[in-house]
Amino acid sequence: MTATTEAPAPEVPGRQNVVGTPLRRKEDARLVTGRTRWTDSVAAPGLLHVVILRSPMAHARLTRVDVSGALQRPGIVAAYTGLDLVDDFGGLPTAWTVSEDLKTPSHFPVARDVVRYVGDAVAVVVASSHDAAVDAMEAIEVDYEPLPAVLDMEQAMADGSPLVHDDIGTNTCFTYHEEHGSYQASKAKADVLLTRRYVNQRLIPNAMEPRSVVVDPTGAADSFTIWSSTQVPHFVRIFMALVCGIPEHKIRVIAPDVGGGFGSKLDIYAEEAICLGLAKRLHRPVKWTASRSEDYQATIHGRDVIQDVEIAATSDGKMLGLRVDLLTDMGAYLQLLTPSIALLGRYMYPAIYKFETHSFHCTGVFSNKTPTDAYRGAGRPEATFAIERAVDDLAAHLHLDPIELRRRNWITHDEFPYTTVCGLEYDSGNYEAATDKALELFGYDALRAEQAERRRSNDPVQLGIGVSTYTEMCGLAPSRWLGEQGYVAGGWERATVRMTPLGKVEVVSGTSPHGQGHATTFSQIAADALGVPFEDVEVIVNDTAAVPWGLDTYGSRSLVVGGTAVRRAAEGVVEKAKLLAAHLFEADPADLEFDSGTFRVKGTPSATKTIQELAFASFTSHTMAEGSDAILTADHLVDPETFSFPHGTHLCAVEVDTETGMTKIRRYVCVDDIGKVVNPMIVEGQVHGGVAQGIAQALYEEAVYDDAGNLVTGSLVDYLVPAAPDLPTFETDRTETPSTTNPLGVKGVGEAGTIASTPAVVNAVVDALRHLGVDDVRMACTPERVWRAIHGARGSDDPAPAGSVVYGGATTETTAGGRLT
Amino acid sequence: MIPAQFDYVRASSVDEAVAALAEHGDEAKVMAGGQSLIPLLRLRLSYPEVVVDVGRVAEMAGVREDGAHLVIGAMTTHHEVIHNELIRRHCGLIAEATETVADPAVRHRGTFGGALAHADPAGDLPAVALALDAEMVIAGSGGRRTVPAEEFFLDYLQTAVQPDEVLVEVRVPKLGEGWGYRYEKFHRVAQSWAIVGVAAAVRRSNGTIAEARVGLTNMGSTPVRASGVEEALNGASLERIGEAADRAAEGTSAPSDLNGKADYREHLARVLTRRAVTAAAGS
Ligand SMILES: Cc1cc2nc3c(=O)[nH]c(=O)nc-3n(C[C@H](O)[C@H](O)[C@H](O)COP(=O)(O)OP(=O)(O)OC[C@H]3O[C@@H](n4cnc5c(N)ncnc54)[C@H](O)[C@@H]3O)c2cc1C
Repeated sequence: MTATTEAPAPEVPGRQNVVGTPLRRKEDARLVTGRTRWTDSVAAPGLLHVVILRSPMAHARLTRVDVSGALQRPGIVAAYTGLDLVDDFGGLPTAWTVSEDLKTPSHFPVARDVVRYVGDAVAVVVASSHDAAVDAMEAIEVDYEPLPAVLDMEQAMADGSPLVHDDIGTNTCFTYHEEHGSYQASKAKADVLLTRRYVNQRLIPNAMEPRSVVVDPTGAADSFTIWSSTQVPHFVRIFMALVCGIPEHKIRVIAPDVGGGFGSKLDIYAEEAICLGLAKRLHRPVKWTASRSEDYQATIHGRDVIQDVEIAATSDGKMLGLRVDLLTDMGAYLQLLTPSIALLGRYMYPAIYKFETHSFHCTGVFSNKTPTDAYRGAGRPEATFAIERAVDDLAAHLHLDPIELRRRNWITHDEFPYTTVCGLEYDSGNYEAATDKALELFGYDALRAEQAERRRSNDPVQLGIGVSTYTEMCGLAPSRWLGEQGYVAGGWERATVRMTPLGKVEVVSGTSPHGQGHATTFSQIAADALGVPFEDVEVIVNDTAAVPWGLDTYGSRSLVVGGTAVRRAAEGVVEKAKLLAAHLFEADPADLEFDSGTFRVKGTPSATKTIQELAFASFTSHTMAEGSDAILTADHLVDPETFSFPHGTHLCAVEVDTETGMTKIRRYVCVDDIGKVVNPMIVEGQVHGGVAQGIAQALYEEAVYDDAGNLVTGSLVDYLVPAAPDLPTFETDRTETPSTTNPLGVKGVGEAGTIASTPAVVNAVVDALRHLGVDDVRMACTPERVWRAIHGARGSDDPAPAGSVVYGGATTETTAGGRLT
Repeated sequence: MIPAQFDYVRASSVDEAVAALAEHGDEAKVMAGGQSLIPLLRLRLSYPEVVVDVGRVAEMAGVREDGAHLVIGAMTTHHEVIHNELIRRHCGLIAEATETVADPAVRHRGTFGGALAHADPAGDLPAVALALDAEMVIAGSGGRRTVPAEEFFLDYLQTAVQPDEVLVEVRVPKLGEGWGYRYEKFHRVAQSWAIVGVAAAVRRSNGTIAEARVGLTNMGSTPVRASGVEEALNGASLERIGEAADRAAEGTSAPSDLNGKADYREHLARVLTRRAVTAAAGS
């Protein structure tokens, strides 16, 4: 080689692997200082602003929508009703046909004749400024002919109930049934039957950034660029093509920095279609950004499941069979995954336990409320809540310690891989180890002793201890499995890793970070595989033009599936570089070894080439190996063979003031097993955030509708999201049982904390009060509910007045809970 | 959300503010720290044509002594109240209650006078002003008048301040020797409003309670004085606090809302009154 083709001498000091180290997140300086671009900060020449008039009625016929007044206002460009826009877009999609009897109602981005929830779009206004659009919106006149609102799931299924969708003829969206073995046989063998009703209340996801969409129709070749605060840019592209009838190759979707999603941005939303349709119609760029209260109505909600659970057991604490019957609220329409959420959780009811049989039934119900869909954990928090609550309740009934009952029933570490009663194979785990570690950290025995003492002395502040030994299934998902389930897409993920001429690295991933830290984690993986500095890796995501292939981020899939693709692609680059190195050394590739970014010929220590030198040599292509090309690049597509099964033990100690009903968390200990860890600090962050969100469901958050179907918790004033001062110090630790189904040995951690924590907290609250006769407290366990539970148990008060605003306006609150028999 | 259009007047004196109000009448709205007014404007629940900003009126800010009274300017921010030496020494109950208001950002802008003039029954400071027998000095085109707290709070978000008037300052009798106090705020998350709050000031003498003043937050459409409790505590021994506190809900009309039905609030008022009085009595 001549001097001119020499690579610019890269400095490669002996490097240490960075996988496993708590590197600071690359993206944080930008995100924390705000020196970045969110969708709402996207500017385009001639940008117009869109605002949406939303229905104040839960259910009404639109007898007149008159936008002419708005058109007289200053700065107005256009105003449209739903009927004005019938040619601009069709209905919004649902991607999951969960059963043959699934009813999919028409769901137009702007209502045409009937509004079906408070927040349903009625008209749109387009103006030269946001202020002008908001002012003009007040001049739109609408006549609503009220229709009866359907708000309670059980009443919705009763004969003669008003219907959310007349044309469908029923409020039942779907029914689903699965039997694994004969539950009846287990029941016949059992001498104890625990029957319980648990309620997973409706939650409002609170991503820090409200949703926002910008569409620019002025791209080259009549193409449209959509910026959206979404988790799923690749899905948005496909579905916008279908909904708006614009060819897919004319649409580019960019998700710039996205301020959180938690599932709420795993969707295809009306406003994306509205903005695309308007941009096309008006030939001008348009923007829509939700206010927080608008987001509360128009972004999906989570949970809202009534769970009837029955465990057939023996009196010595062997759990034989599990029966689960769910009612799950769809809301007024089906969003992208609405009907599938409760079903995604169905395999998690048997959890870590060796049930012989499992009977599962689920009914989806329409209501005049905001549609529900995936919210952090999506079906699995609900399942885990029910089973972990039930196991604690059964332990209490059997006078067994809740840990002891679990020990008698869980899969032991020597039984892995283990095929559960649902037919799912758990690859690895060690429930004993995580539990023992958690018990020790927690000081379980000392806290039990203190609890006994407080009970004995009749302390007004009682201590409760709650246990949750969860597992979950994540890393979505094997494509074949998704196909069998009636889902329209696959579950693969793809990555490209390429070296630039000067020896830097670009990782292109089809996952779509929205706050998790992919850029950091993927850089660590690529840096180690290639032996390059962490800082030399750039991660390219979230733009369908730069990343043509991807299935985005949800279901704790990014590392398990996407990270595996990055690792494999990086290995592909090393393989190609090795061919080139061998060619340059005139050696046999088999005689080369690769370590810390440098190839060496075995036995000839002086013959070395760094991967950066090879990147440059490949770029110049002055002398090439057979089969190698000008760019050191490799692709890899991973279709996971199975799910990932993180697990762990969460222990919570609460102090309940029995005089006021106030619950205070005193200790929160969690030991999670998520296999190998790439970045412990990011993992810690995911666990903290997840646990906080789970605690929020247990104690604080609840979307409440009044009996007219108004969302009463319509802003952050009334919907209580706890903040740092309200939460305890989390004491976290890990055990490490590597996954055997991916080369990184990792398991997902994005949802684990949320899945695990809710039952730990509620179990603790109930445990504090059990000796007073309380065996359940509905979530959120507000001070008032706790106080009423104590008084109800004493027989001195009505524990849950029907239909009161306090209790969500739904009579399901008073539906008799099951009892032990 | 954004407010509808309005004109903005920044007053630099009480007279200027009063003149602006006289000119625009019902169409004008006074703005202090804006922490309650601006949310109402943004949600378009209020549509004033003119906003008269009194936030920079120097004569309405600051704290001074006037014999047996402290005089607190209406524009004194919550943050200043918390850190004011005179208030901490002579009316510590106000500082203690103000510490529970909202979060630091809101406390740096929101004002003592604004909180009283806003008269949200869930606000923490009206009950404190009532318990301490504060007096409000109000200016209008006809001059100034002084209204005692019992006559100041008229109804939900309604006070004796007329549309053409401003609240200038608040005169609070100093708590002298022997007084103890406590504000018990019951809320679910740190920065939320009180479900129920109890402001108690107690003077002890010879091991008994010589005098007690108890104000209740969020137990009706205005702050309420728990006169039954005060009466029962008069001259009572400390052992009788519980019994006296049982009268806390007398004469109240607690609201029922997301955070609690009336009966629960009545129960809380009793429990919190017992706790507040016990703490104030220093036992
Ligand atoms: C997030 C948040 C949380 C809060 N939490 C609490 C809480 O926990 N406890 C609590 O007590 N408060 C709370 N507040 C309210 C806070 O204390 C406000 O600052 C206070 O209620 C109003 O004070 P302000 O100076 O901002 O008044 P503004 O908002 O400016 O005015 C409020 C009202 O009073 C009128 N007004 C103000 N000053 C005068 C005057 N001098 N003369 C005549 N009329 C006047 C205005 O016209 C308006 O109607 C909270 C506010 C926010 C935003």
